[in-house]
Amino acid sequence: MDRRVVFSGWLFPAVLLLPQLAVTVIFFFWPAGQAIVQSVQGGDAFGLSTRFVGGDNFATLFADPNYLFSFGVTAFFSVCVAILALAPGLLLAVMVDRVVRGATFYKTVLLLPYAIAPAIAGVLWMFLFNPTIGVVAAWLRGAGVDWNYLLNGRQAMLLVILAAAWKQISYNFLFFLAGLQAIPPSLLEASAIDGATPQRRFWTIVFPLLAPTSFFLIVVNIVYAFFDTFGVIHNVTEGGPDKATEILVYKVWYDGIVGLDLGGSAAQSVVLMAIVIGLTAIQFRFIERRVHYA
Amino acid sequence: MVSAKSRAWIPHAILIAGLLVVLFPIYVAFVASSLDLASILEAPMPLLPGGHLAGNFIGAITAGTAKTSGVSVARMMFNSLVMALIIAVGKIAISLPSAYAVVFFRFPLRKLCFWAIFVTLMLPVEVRIIPTYQIVTNLGLIDRYAGLSLPLVASATATLLFRQFFLTIPDELVEAAKIDGAGPWRFFIDTVIPLSTTNIAALFVILFIYGWNQYLWPLLVTNTPSMTTIVIGIRQMIGNGDTQTEWQIVMATAILAMAPPVAVVLLMQRWFVRGLVESEK
Repeated sequence: MDRRVVFSGWLFPAVLLLPQLAVTVIFFFWPAGQAIVQSVQGGDAFGLSTRFVGGDNFATLFADPNYLFSFGVTAFFSVCVAILALAPGLLLAVMVDRVVRGATFYKTVLLLPYAIAPAIAGVLWMFLFNPTIGVVAAWLRGAGVDWNYLLNGRQAMLLVILAAAWKQISYNFLFFLAGLQAIPPSLLEASAIDGATPQRRFWTIVFPLLAPTSFFLIVVNIVYAFFDTFGVIHNVTEGGPDKATEILVYKVWYDGIVGLDLGGSAAQSVVLMAIVIGLTAIQFRFIERRVHYA
Repeated sequence: MVSAKSRAWIPHAILIAGLLVVLFPIYVAFVASSLDLASILEAPMPLLPGGHLAGNFIGAITAGTAKTSGVSVARMMFNSLVMALIIAVGKIAISLPSAYAVVFFRFPLRKLCFWAIFVTLMLPVEVRIIPTYQIVTNLGLIDRYAGLSLPLVASATATLLFRQFFLTIPDELVEAAKIDGAGPWRFFIDTVIPLSTTNIAALFVILFIYGWNQYLWPLLVTNTPSMTTIVIGIRQMIGNGDTQTEWQIVMATAILAMAPPVAVVLLMQRWFVRGLVESEK
């Protein structure tokens, strides 16, 4: 899409573009290029020499059971976070849309977690579930549950999923609410006059009309779970116990910074880039379609 | 309709359950920030506030804990504030002109410039951390505010939002400006920027929160204790050391870390909601 009436000249727009292009080249294209170059290089442990190794880093990566395991962990984690953040977000949005009194109050409080850093959300949930001092952990023990997420991988996974999803409910709630409020009331009135129950109205009219929003949110939530939850993992479990919660972004950081395996870490970065590009491509294809048919 | 009315309490019940889930972790943190360490270690700690609120907050703000190497939470909040402001103001400052250039001009390589900026949307800094870290090291920006902020400024969200908005500015305004003899600079300053104020405010809220809440990047590029941001500071307070974690100070710090972004969301709620929903379209 372009404007019909424009100004002439090229020097002035070039000057206007320069700052953004400079920042983009230095902090985006250069490192992204570096990642690709490093991913096909191998080096000694001291970083004194590097040589071209082709696809070796990738071959090593995909032959490494730890990496494949981390892939599985990430997939499970992301799907659970997406479901646990989307379903309550939708439910709460439908309810806020239905109530007359107090809607603004509910909306304001439900927005709060959006403002909270994932890392802080992790700290809050860790504090509740900490086996020695946690309030909820004490309740669980009182109820006969053997709760110790520091030793039990499944419990650790459950906890990081809860913390990550809790933070993201606000975002989904907000978008679902915007989607609901965009539905013309006349449609719902017509179907109410025809005798459709609220449940039926929801599943036959509201839910299909929310499909574009839902699809968009699924992609956003998966991207969130993949990349923005490093702080949750780092603060709650540090990828443990025994790598049970080591998601891919955590592993890139750990292998590169703690393990100093630059080639392997760069190869992991390249794989992650491919995943994000894939997800973004899906999203844009879909958005294009929505623009055409809306 | 009678049956619908008699069940009107159901949405409220569900919403109140939702509020409890949202508020409970924050409430427990608040209570812990008002207790002394002994009461927290009792496990389970009491669920009603104690009398140490002011003491804990003053202790955190002025001194931090033994594990933060003498860096106070006030200093950490200052670092977070500088980082968040550079990110928010920086992104807006570079993307207003660049969006203006791609929308209101025709020049060679315009499409290429647009795509070069646009493609940055796809790769969050988390994905390219190690190489970005190496470049920031080479540029000597470790432990500098520039190193903390600039790599996060390189993203196209703001540019895209402004571009979409600029495309809706009527051609008549541009023509009128031309007839009046106003050049592109005048038009930018006198017409485009005033029309964009709402968008700028909305974006500022979102970017401020984004900047304040950063974790992985500050963790990498700050080594000097005095450059620690508050979100990282909490992590250091918990740490893995041998000494007892001072949970009452940790939770007071957590409240302090949440307060600025929460306040921004509450005070600028309408702009923020609008900006968020629009920028993702």
